[in-house]
Amino acid sequence: MRSRAPGIAVWLLVAAVVLLAYLFAPRFISDFHSRELAGAGVFFIAIVGLNLLTGYTGQISLGHGALMAVGGYTTAALAVHEHWRDVWTIPLAGVAAGIVGFLIGLPALRLSGLYLALATFAFAIAIPSLLKKFSGLTGGSQGLRLLEDAPLQVTGLSGTVTIFGHTMTQNHFLYYLTWGIGLVGFLIAWLLVRGRVGRTFRAVRDSEVAAASVGINLAWTKTLAFALSGVYAGVAGSLLAIQVEIVNPLSFTFLLSILILVGVVVGGLGSLGGMILGALFVQYLPDLSTHVSTAEGAPDFIFGAAIIIVMLLLPTGAGGFLRRLARPLTTRLYLRP
Amino acid sequence: MILAFDWTQLAQQIVIGLASGGVWATLAVALVLIYRSTGVINFAQGEMAMFSTFIAWSLVNHGFSYWAAFVLTVAISFAGGVAVERAVIRPVERAPVLTVVIVTLGLFFVVNGAARWIWSPETRSLPNAFSTRPITVAGVAFSISDLGTIAVSLAAVALLWAFFRFTKLGLASRAAAVNPDASRLVGVRVTWMLALGWGLAAAMGAVSGMLTAPALASFDQNLMQPVLLYAFAGAVLGGIDSPLGAVVGSLLLGVLINLIGTYVNWVGTDLRLPVALAVILGVLLVRPAGLFGRPMETRV
Repeated sequence: MRSRAPGIAVWLLVAAVVLLAYLFAPRFISDFHSRELAGAGVFFIAIVGLNLLTGYTGQISLGHGALMAVGGYTTAALAVHEHWRDVWTIPLAGVAAGIVGFLIGLPALRLSGLYLALATFAFAIAIPSLLKKFSGLTGGSQGLRLLEDAPLQVTGLSGTVTIFGHTMTQNHFLYYLTWGIGLVGFLIAWLLVRGRVGRTFRAVRDSEVAAASVGINLAWTKTLAFALSGVYAGVAGSLLAIQVEIVNPLSFTFLLSILILVGVVVGGLGSLGGMILGALFVQYLPDLSTHVSTAEGAPDFIFGAAIIIVMLLLPTGAGGFLRRLARPLTTRLYLRP
Repeated sequence: MILAFDWTQLAQQIVIGLASGGVWATLAVALVLIYRSTGVINFAQGEMAMFSTFIAWSLVNHGFSYWAAFVLTVAISFAGGVAVERAVIRPVERAPVLTVVIVTLGLFFVVNGAARWIWSPETRSLPNAFSTRPITVAGVAFSISDLGTIAVSLAAVALLWAFFRFTKLGLASRAAAVNPDASRLVGVRVTWMLALGWGLAAAMGAVSGMLTAPALASFDQNLMQPVLLYAFAGAVLGGIDSPLGAVVGSLLLGVLINLIGTYVNWVGTDLRLPVALAVILGVLLVRPAGLFGRPMETRV
């Protein structure tokens, strides 16, 4: 056990640095930028969830934007119709999307690869039209406006929020809320993948036949991965609704599902550490592209080119790159007597 | 009551469905071509087709007739497809599948952005390729343009089939898709066969785009996005590794969507695609590899 001590020390150090960065970041950045960081946090949570499904279990989903819609609409409907306070709806949003995730995971028992991708894709395509169809609950194409229709339920409408005696601006609060949940979610995902559940996930990813023959229940494992991933997406969607204070069918387009998928691959499939980079990539790159040129179409061109260049340079994503960088270091720490 | 049923309307709706299904079939075949050679769904296929359509529009605006522009655009698109494969797909050939998928997504943004950068975003239109006169067959009036669209798309698919079936190059590229290592041993230049596949796919996409655009009163840079969705669904319905399946799947989907939209009032226009996708999902649950696909066998 002695040989593991330095490794544990390094991890504790990393955790301490992350925690300090989380707590003190808002002191060094403007109000507006902490709002943007909160947006990146939403992507971070959804990407960590998709990584559990795609990176660890090997099931492709093109429908995570729609799962976020389930979470976002749960929050908005509870706040507007039932007058719940917005932040208390987050757990329920996660549960709702988890159940829906479980349901779309059911076809995965029979379908694999691209056929499964089509099933999740069908769900992503169906959601906006379904939201318009059931307008009594969802407000149709107008959507639900938390700010106008449930002002008492929106946290920080007065501009400031007071927690434990600390007063902070709404944007700082959103930053702390999103990344706080994000870091807890990250920790849970990390504990999951390094334990028994993670090993069954990886076994299913690497060979379904081999996994089944050592006694892993494929159906249970796959639907569990879908449900877990759905919980993350639901929480992310709920936080998005709280941040933008409005949900409508256009908030959760197919493009959102695509961005989450891009984020998870850029971050590195099967690597949790890279997910922060993946989230920052999809949050900031579209904005950065508009700084380069604002000509019609140019930002999209630059964004796409950046995706391609990153993939050509880092085919296994940022996570794979970091792993390669850290390999000499970690092998040394773990293997030396 | 069965006598009151309007058979004329049914026949017309089926032909309209076949016309849209035929257009989707050309793009679905393009998807299958790339899936067989590269192993991924090319998300940029629709945008590449859109780019080709805009090239055709520019040619028509410079005084070419529709059909001259058609032939020229197919040739340009073929070259463009080969160039794209060489430039961005070749370097990630050995990378994980999802990496290649993300590259095609990047390509989606690049091509869409480039088209809006080059051609301003105002709406534009292409001249009609066929006469707009209706033609009467057995007492039922069909539009010539629908029948022409069906004919052109099926001809394009048939031409492609003949290329793969009867030419040596076609045989070589089929071999490269099935067993790259063995093909390399007998002297097939496998990487160039992949590029050929991308070129042919781009050419098929161009056909699809140029059939889509004239049917619309006006179009912009997003015209092929719905077509890509339908083509994807059609290809998966037929079995993603089967070109014949892609054609049959797309035609079935076209008819299905049109009939659902016409006869099931509750569905209307909004829910057409979701309902069609639900039906496909039902089919897939019974036949997990699509109608014509071969179920995969795995060796452990």
